[in-house]
Amino acid sequence: MQSIAQGHRSAEMRRPDGIEGFVSDWSSDQRAFKNVSWGKAMMWIFLLSDTFIFGCFLLSYMTVRISTTVPWPNPSEVFALEVFGTHLPLILIAIMTFVLITSSGTMAMAVNCGYRRDRRNTAILLVVTAILGASFVGMQAFEWTKLIHEGVRPWGNPWGAEQFGSAFFMITGFHGTHVTIGVIFLLIVARKVWRGDYDTGRPGFFTSRKGRYEIVEITGLYWHFVDLVWVFIFALFYLW
Amino acid sequence: MTHASDAHTGHGAAGGMAMRHEEGQQHPIRLYLVVWIWLFVLSTFSYLVDYFHLQGLLRWSLILVFMTLKAGLIVAVFMHMKWERLALGYAILLPPIAVLIFVAIMVLEADNTLLSRLQFFSRDPG
Repeated sequence: MQSIAQGHRSAEMRRPDGIEGFVSDWSSDQRAFKNVSWGKAMMWIFLLSDTFIFGCFLLSYMTVRISTTVPWPNPSEVFALEVFGTHLPLILIAIMTFVLITSSGTMAMAVNCGYRRDRRNTAILLVVTAILGASFVGMQAFEWTKLIHEGVRPWGNPWGAEQFGSAFFMITGFHGTHVTIGVIFLLIVARKVWRGDYDTGRPGFFTSRKGRYEIVEITGLYWHFVDLVWVFIFALFYLW
Repeated sequence: MTHASDAHTGHGAAGGMAMRHEEGQQHPIRLYLVVWIWLFVLSTFSYLVDYFHLQGLLRWSLILVFMTLKAGLIVAVFMHMKWERLALGYAILLPPIAVLIFVAIMVLEADNTLLSRLQFFSRDPG
């Protein structure tokens, strides 16, 4: 489908860039996203809708935090850990941040290897990304367990404003779900890459259509988005 | 954005075009490593803001600056938005402005709620 759509335009002149290109792409009375496959465009549009969901979570957190008359619990102390006898504020969250950034880096490398058709390294990097993602979820489970033991509930906690618990569980829970889905997604793609599906054009089990190495990039878009959301959660929920 | 246009010059066969498109988002590994290191550095800086207990306007502005820089690097380089055509960039990056407007509205609303609560629900009315 891609090649048909592009074949149509192969006789066209060179397409303008910049603002002029933006206007001509959108007013071309054809598909607006030139040389972006449908899979990629749809992933971007899904990510945009996800941006609105997380945006609404974060802004409702902001609203309850501004409007409460009870002091907000200090996240720096709530998420502190005793490591070898030293009291480190927010240390687990910092480690989680670094793990997720590292996984984003390995993902970017996987995409790069994928486009070089380096089957083996692509698969290995995808699995490494999935392992890092899974360890992130593991640390989040540890954090949840710790907080629940300390008495944090969606309707109250020992340190201050009740809304702290509901905002925390809602935002990090939704993000953790995204990471978990991403890990599953990564493992499926890694298996396909390892088996050589994208080299041999083996039909997918669900769509029965041939996959391409572009799938790795599309998975990467989702994975980087999960990291991107964490950047905002880290800044606005944990550091604020 | 240059490769985007040169993928469409000439009368290449449809298959060849698709191939070239597939190899489109191909960038030097060095760039990814540099961005990766920057993300580490910026995250460390954000953590240090908390570690050194910076407070007030300085804390908030530093947190927001580091956050924006990290988000920008991820979207521009890791997600390849820098190399996509503007038609896609604008379609994806402009709508979130609506969220920012919503934030502005809710700041006003939340302040109003807080003032009402202080005025009508405080322990000593007056």
